[in-house]
Amino acid sequence: MLNNLKQPHEYPGKLFVVEGIDGSGKTTQLGLLAKWLTAEGHRVFVTEWNSSALVKAATKTGKKKNALTPMTFSLLHATDFADRLLYKIIPPLKAGMIVLADRYAFTAFARDATRGVDRQWVRELYSFAVRPDLALYFKVPIETSVDRLLARRVKLKFYEAGMDLGWSANPTDSFRMFQGRVLDEYDELVNEFGMEVIDARGSITEQQRMVRAVIAQHLDVKAVEMSDDELV
Amino acid sequence: MTSSSDAPNEGASGNGHSGRYYGQGIPYLPLHAYPGKLIAVEGTDGVGRSTQIQLLREWLEVQGYGVIETGWTRSELMQPTIELAKSSNTLNKLTFVLLYATDFADRLEKEIIPALKAGFVVLSDRYIFTALARAGVRGVDRQWLRSLYGFAIAPHMVFYLNIDVKTLIGRVLESRGMDFWESGMDLKHGDDIYDSFRTYQGRLLKEYASMGDEFHFRTLDARRSIDRIQDELRKQVGAFLAEPPERTPEPVIVSRT
Repeated sequence: MLNNLKQPHEYPGKLFVVEGIDGSGKTTQLGLLAKWLTAEGHRVFVTEWNSSALVKAATKTGKKKNALTPMTFSLLHATDFADRLLYKIIPPLKAGMIVLADRYAFTAFARDATRGVDRQWVRELYSFAVRPDLALYFKVPIETSVDRLLARRVKLKFYEAGMDLGWSANPTDSFRMFQGRVLDEYDELVNEFGMEVIDARGSITEQQRMVRAVIAQHLDVKAVEMSDDELV
Repeated sequence: MTSSSDAPNEGASGNGHSGRYYGQGIPYLPLHAYPGKLIAVEGTDGVGRSTQIQLLREWLEVQGYGVIETGWTRSELMQPTIELAKSSNTLNKLTFVLLYATDFADRLEKEIIPALKAGFVVLSDRYIFTALARAGVRGVDRQWLRSLYGFAIAPHMVFYLNIDVKTLIGRVLESRGMDFWESGMDLKHGDDIYDSFRTYQGRLLKEYASMGDEFHFRTLDARRSIDRIQDELRKQVGAFLAEPPERTPEPVIVSRT
């Protein structure tokens, strides 16, 4: 059996991932982190969950018709992940770059389990994934995340709110129930995979200071050096 | 998933592995003793599966059985994506496997399980073994593949149409010719499609053969005439369907809490 998620990778680059529910602020933090790393002279590549062109069509059709079951939802995301891993994540790691991933396999572990997919099965499904050098988990109480999303007037999306599970016809209530369960799953994952917990209730600047402090410990990669390759 | 040498959960019908999940299954869809039957016909490209299924279907319907057919990559959800990916050549082996698995999951939940509940005989033109064989040949971890397909239902019967490469080549050339994927051209054995086909199909056949015991294949010699193969199929399927209904076992619940 593949066991990549449990073993450190051997690429010269670094893989840092952020995890957390919607409204935890992880994307904001990742953006600021990327700015800082770039300013420090590192070469950075950012990749987002469920963004490959390959499965976009199927995800879109499925989502529009609300036709995805928990299993096909899970498998489509794994397909997207595999595609990005091989084309977007591994090449920059081989080139010694820093890859920042907005959500990673842990998102699947938390969400798919909440949807009723077998926990062990999802873990084995993603066993081809590269182990991140660091996974930051932005922990936030469910009410804080709901308040943030509502304040931003974000329309809660069908699947993000777990509406497919039919727990509540009210998107906000459904979001609360679904993401509340997702939070419980994340709590388990923190120990299982040794994620670094960031208290996501703090101010943006405060959190970013923490993030940079933790990341700095993992930066033995030097900022861009002149290439040894000769120009032709 | 348990080790591959383990027989799937024993069914009550004496067929060894009827209508259970191979592995961890789908926790939110516990299987009960459905009245329907799942019969898979496996075999490599151009071996004559579809012809046999068509004949078997007609025969079964004359006998009064409701029949539903399902085939590989035919799900509403995934077919367009798979076609697109194949034509644009952007598939790597892992995404290839996962796209097929998604397609299969969609058909399993939307077609196969509902049909079994409703008492149909489901004839599956190919089953997970084609996916396992194709991916195995491409070097994908076999244990991982078995774990991935742990959500598949073990068919009541799996017929495997066995053939040798030489006969297969003759048949394919006589009918529709060799195509890119069936010749394994993506594996880059060379530019010659004939050589590639022979190498690739030879390896596929070995891969299928290696699964025979593990998944209880009923192997049929596909070099025989269509009629003789069909007779054998009808004999075995007829006998199986004539068996008294199974005693209702407890539902299998495989969720871990």
